[in-house]
Amino acid sequence: MTATALERAERRKAWAFALPGLLWTALFFLVPFAYMVAISFWTRQGREIVATWTLDNYVAFFAKAHFFKGLMVSLEITATVTVISVLLAYPLAWIIAERVPKKWQRFALVMAILPFWTSYVVRSYSWLLVLSKGGVVNQALLSIGIIAEPLELSANRTGTVIGFVHFFVMLLTLTIYANLIQLSPNYRRAAADLGANAFQTFWHVVLPLTLPGIMVGAFLTFVLCIGDYITPQILGGNNELVLPQVIMLQLGRRADFPMAAALSLVLMVVVTLAYIACARWLKMERT
Amino acid sequence: MTKPVSGGLARRMLLATAATIALSPAGAMAQDELNALVWCDHTDPALVEPFEKANNVKVNLKEYEGTGAAISIIEQSRPGDWDVLVIDAVDVPRAIDMEILGEMPADKLPLGDLFPEVRMDATTTRDGKVYAVTEKFGYNTISYDKTKVDPADMEDLSVMWSDKYKGRIALYDYYLPMVGLTGVAIGKKTADLKQDDLPAIKEKLFEMKKVSRQVSDVVASQTALATGEVDIVVGGGEWLTAGLSAEKPNLDWTIPKQGALRWAQSIGVFKNSEKQDLALKFVQYIVSPEGQARLATSSCYWAMPSNAKAGEHLTDQQKTALRWDKQPEYLKNSQLYPVADADMDAAMQDVWTEMLQQ
Repeated sequence: MTATALERAERRKAWAFALPGLLWTALFFLVPFAYMVAISFWTRQGREIVATWTLDNYVAFFAKAHFFKGLMVSLEITATVTVISVLLAYPLAWIIAERVPKKWQRFALVMAILPFWTSYVVRSYSWLLVLSKGGVVNQALLSIGIIAEPLELSANRTGTVIGFVHFFVMLLTLTIYANLIQLSPNYRRAAADLGANAFQTFWHVVLPLTLPGIMVGAFLTFVLCIGDYITPQILGGNNELVLPQVIMLQLGRRADFPMAAALSLVLMVVVTLAYIACARWLKMERT
Repeated sequence: MTKPVSGGLARRMLLATAATIALSPAGAMAQDELNALVWCDHTDPALVEPFEKANNVKVNLKEYEGTGAAISIIEQSRPGDWDVLVIDAVDVPRAIDMEILGEMPADKLPLGDLFPEVRMDATTTRDGKVYAVTEKFGYNTISYDKTKVDPADMEDLSVMWSDKYKGRIALYDYYLPMVGLTGVAIGKKTADLKQDDLPAIKEKLFEMKKVSRQVSDVVASQTALATGEVDIVVGGGEWLTAGLSAEKPNLDWTIPKQGALRWAQSIGVFKNSEKQDLALKFVQYIVSPEGQARLATSSCYWAMPSNAKAGEHLTDQQKTALRWDKQPEYLKNSQLYPVADADMDAAMQDVWTEMLQQ
């Protein structure tokens, strides 16, 4: 067999291996996605969905303040949650990686992922029991006399952010921890040899080297947070709508699939932009 | 090119999964099975099991929220998949227009036993033919904790946009009764509501939102009231507090002087059901005095039975919680939900969504 024939055989084999995956992706992602794109250009007129090929839904998104505000609220909450989660997760991951004895690290990680074992809805309702006016926090603060009136910790953005942060701190802790334990101690030794103190070593060596882990975790946090509507619904008290809630209203109450598809595409565009920014940053860091 | 696709490919593909799940109990389509599209109050075993045992059938129940969701499910289903439909009484004409409901023999239904105000012949019948029968009704009004608010205040809806109970109010998250109730509060009749009325209603809704703590669904509203998170639920009624009357006697409800909205739900048989007789039997059971008493006190939510004879099967405590004796007065001071065409419906939903975003 010639080299060219061998190459062709190898290529065929590669395609044969890749084909099931490609078919799966085409069938369950590309086709539904293309269909959703198409629907987003249709409209609901009266009780009917009509294939009109119009930009009406996208125009409505910008023209109707409550749609656009949904995106703004989503972005504000997601940005807040991501920043707070990173600030809390990094020290936690560092403590687990650097201060917890090796034999206890696995236990610490299990504790970190324990919240993932329960339903998202249950966790949100549990937070409601903690944060509500008659909840654990307010009762404790009232009983020791720190406050005279219950704090407004639920049915507002504070409640939503606390619920989200609890969930995503654990996720970020895992990604940052994975990065930290891969870091060779030789970097720190080298920095110390060159006269750097602990803070300088962290700031100039450890932090830059763990930024990829932070970015990956932050991106996951961004994607999961911006696409969720359960926590804002339960802990936010429906006092401001995030974009996924607005999408749910289009589906559940109006059966306006074209508008819901258009709003979903807007959400996808935002996530894609976040991904591109993240990917470009990581690429730049590597070069 | 403009091509209507309603009921076709669009929703069929998007809701394929939901429809599959919904229809899975019907897979076998055994002769002794009945498929009913219902609200959660019908899923109480205490209601359904006596019928199942008496008739040796299995009733497969699929819950839905809102007529829009029900219509989506029906459009994704094959003719004959469903046998019984429970639907908002005001939406029955819509279902008749869609030709999904079949005629039921009037002489085999206890129509004469229903409270006259809730028979609603104008919506449940057409051309003298009965397509649905009102099975339960109640009020969207004010629910409150009488130990924490002044009950006299609750007799005036306008207190809901004053600062007196700021931060202690939950608004029921359903645009239709809330828009109607707000309309009633400012002197509009629900039957005459037009898009021109919406700016004034919107203004009042925005004011209510400013003083409210949350906007929540049935369960969240009930929980908030029961746990003391809020002291008032605007849009609530006996369906919110009656079921808790035994363990939470501090919860109460009232119809204020401006009036309240009256909701009613109807039950009918699908035109394409292959089990017309069995489906009719189920409807007859639900509207019988025994079925009505069980439906009225269903674990999901309590409300008034349409059949006046159901009182014989309710305990005194249940009657008190439902305000059985006050019905003539309450019926007089309540109006039906607004009946909206598609444009008005969309406009009301826009107003509601805007209010949520405030």
